[in-house]
Amino acid sequence: MMVPNVGLTQFLVVSAIMFSLGIYGVITRKNAIMVLMGIELILNSANINFIAFTRFGLMNLTGQVVAIFVIILAAAEAAILLAIVLNIYQQLNTVNVDEVDKLKN
Amino acid sequence: MAQTIYESFGYVLPETMLSIFFVLTLLTALVGKKRSKYLPAYMALLGLVLAGIFVFRQIGVDELVFSGMYAVDPFSWFFKVIFLVTGVLIILFSLQSRELEAVSTKYPEYFSLILALTIGAFFMAGSSNLLMMYLSLELVSISSYILSGFTKENARADEASLKYVIYGAFSSGLMLYGISLIYGLTGETNLYAMNQALAVGSIPRITILLAVILMLVGLGYKISAVPFHFWTPDVYEGAPITVTAFLSVTSKAAGFAMLMRFFKIGFVDVTAVPAMAGMWAIFKGFNWTDIIAVLSVLTMTVGNLVAIWQSNMKRLLAYSSIAHAGYILMGFVTLTDQGMSAILLYFVAYLLMNLGAFYVVMLIANKYHTENVEDYRGLGYRSPYAAFALTVFLFSLTGIPPTFGFIGKFYLFSALISTNYIWLAIVGVINSVVSLYYYAKVVRYMYLVEPVEKSRVEFDFGSNLLMTLLVVPNIALMLYFTPILSWAQYSVTMFGLH
Repeated sequence: MMVPNVGLTQFLVVSAIMFSLGIYGVITRKNAIMVLMGIELILNSANINFIAFTRFGLMNLTGQVVAIFVIILAAAEAAILLAIVLNIYQQLNTVNVDEVDKLKN
Repeated sequence: MAQTIYESFGYVLPETMLSIFFVLTLLTALVGKKRSKYLPAYMALLGLVLAGIFVFRQIGVDELVFSGMYAVDPFSWFFKVIFLVTGVLIILFSLQSRELEAVSTKYPEYFSLILALTIGAFFMAGSSNLLMMYLSLELVSISSYILSGFTKENARADEASLKYVIYGAFSSGLMLYGISLIYGLTGETNLYAMNQALAVGSIPRITILLAVILMLVGLGYKISAVPFHFWTPDVYEGAPITVTAFLSVTSKAAGFAMLMRFFKIGFVDVTAVPAMAGMWAIFKGFNWTDIIAVLSVLTMTVGNLVAIWQSNMKRLLAYSSIAHAGYILMGFVTLTDQGMSAILLYFVAYLLMNLGAFYVVMLIANKYHTENVEDYRGLGYRSPYAAFALTVFLFSLTGIPPTFGFIGKFYLFSALISTNYIWLAIVGVINSVVSLYYYAKVVRYMYLVEPVEKSRVEFDFGSNLLMTLLVVPNIALMLYFTPILSWAQYSVTMFGLH
C-alpha cells in the first residue's frame, strides 16, 4: 500500500487545528484544569510548528532547540497553575473559574 | 560582537550576580531561628546593589553576546537602571508592609522572587532573539504569578493569581505560536537575521501579519494595553500592594523594552534614512504605526474612562497605569529617536510617581486598614505629610506643571507634534484632562471633606524619609531635568541601529 506523502502542509494543518481547539478550550471551559489543558494544546501546537519547519524547511536546528525549551517551560507553567488552582480549591472550595469572582468588575 | 560563550559571560555579570543572590536569598531560610527576620531582605538588597555596581561598569558598552541572543547596549542599560531602582524601592516598601508581615516566615521566597523577576526583566530588556524573548517573558510572568498570590491565605490574592496565570499563560501561548510562524517564514529566531529575511520581501504578507499580531498579544498583555488588559485591574487589586507597585513598573517597563526592540530591530528598514517617516518600509503599503496609534488611543481612553468610576484606590491606580501604557505607546507611534527618548524619560517619571503613589496607599492601608477612596476623607488633617506626598504623586501622574510628570508628558506630546501626529497629541491631552478628574477626586476627599474621626495618625521616621525621597525628585527633576533628558537621548541606541 502506498503511504501518502506527508509533508509540511499536513503538519501545519494539524497544528492549526490543535491551536484552534486550544483557544476554544480556554474560552469555553469553566474548570481551571481544562483551561490548563487548552493552554497546553496551544503550546504544543506551536511545538509541532517549530519541529515541522525544521524538518521540512531544510533550515537550521533552531526550531528543535526551541521546542525543547518550550516543553520545559510548559511543565513549569503547568506546575505553577496547578499549585495556584490547588490553593484556590483550599480557600474557596471550587476549581470553577467562573465562581472565582470576588474582585469586582 | 562577542564571539565565544566564555567571552560573553563578561557581559552578563549583573545578571550573574542577581542569579547568585537569588539562590543566596532563598538559602537564608536555612539559617537558624535566631536570624533577623529581615535577613533575606538585606541579602536581596545587597544583590541588587552589587548588580548595580556591575551595571554601572557597563556604561557605553554596545555588544551582542551569546551569539546574538542578548544585546548589552545603552538601551537595555537604561532599563536595567530602572529595574534596579525599582527593585531596591520595592524591597524597602516590603519591609514596612503589614500584609506581608503576616507571612514573614516566607520572606526568603518573597525576596528571592523579587530578584527572579528583576533578572527576567533584565533579559527582557536585552533579548534580541525570539526564543530569548519568550523565555525571559516567561521568567517574569512565572515570578509574578507567584508574587501576586503570595499572601495565599487571602482569597483576593488567590483570585488575582489565578486570573493572572490564566491570562498570562494564554497570551504567551499565542505569542509562542506567532514566534513559530515567524520562524517558519524567515527560518530565523534572531531578530537581526529575521529583519534581513523580511527585507528580501518574498514572504507572504498575510501570514507575517498574523504572526506579528499574535506576538502583539503577548507583548500587549505584558504592558496591559487594551484589549489585552482584562487581567490588570483584578490582579492589581488582589495582589499585595508592594507586588502591585512592582508589577506596574518593572513588568510594564520590561514589556515596553521588549516591544520596542522587537519592532525597531525586526521591522525597521535599516537602509532607510533614520530621520524619514517611512521607517517601516518592510511592510510596504501597510501602515503599522496606525495600528499602534489605535491601540494607544484605545488604551488610554479605556483606562481613563473606567478609572473615573473606581472606588478602590488600587483599582483606580490599576486603570491609571493602563492609561499610562497608552501615553507611552503614543511615543512609540512616532518611531523616531525623539519619541523613543521621550518614552525613556517618561519611564523615569512613571517610576517616581507611580511607586510613590503606591507607597502612600500602602502606608495608609497599614494604618487606616482601608483602600477605599472614600475613607481617605480628611486625610489632609489626620496625616498631613502623607496627604501632601500623595497629592504630589497624583498631580505628577496627571502631568501638572510643578511635577516631573509634566516634563514626561511634555516630551511625549512634542515628539508627536514634530512628527505630525497632531490628532494623537490632542487625544492625549484630552485624556490627561479626563484623568485630572479622578486624581483630583482623591485630593478632594483628602482636603475638602470633613473626616469622621479627627485623631492624628503619624507615620514613623523611616516612612516619612522614604516619602520625602520620592517627593523631592518628583519636584526637583521638573526644575532640573537636563541630565535625565540627555541620558534618555543617549540611551535610544540599540545594538545595530545607529
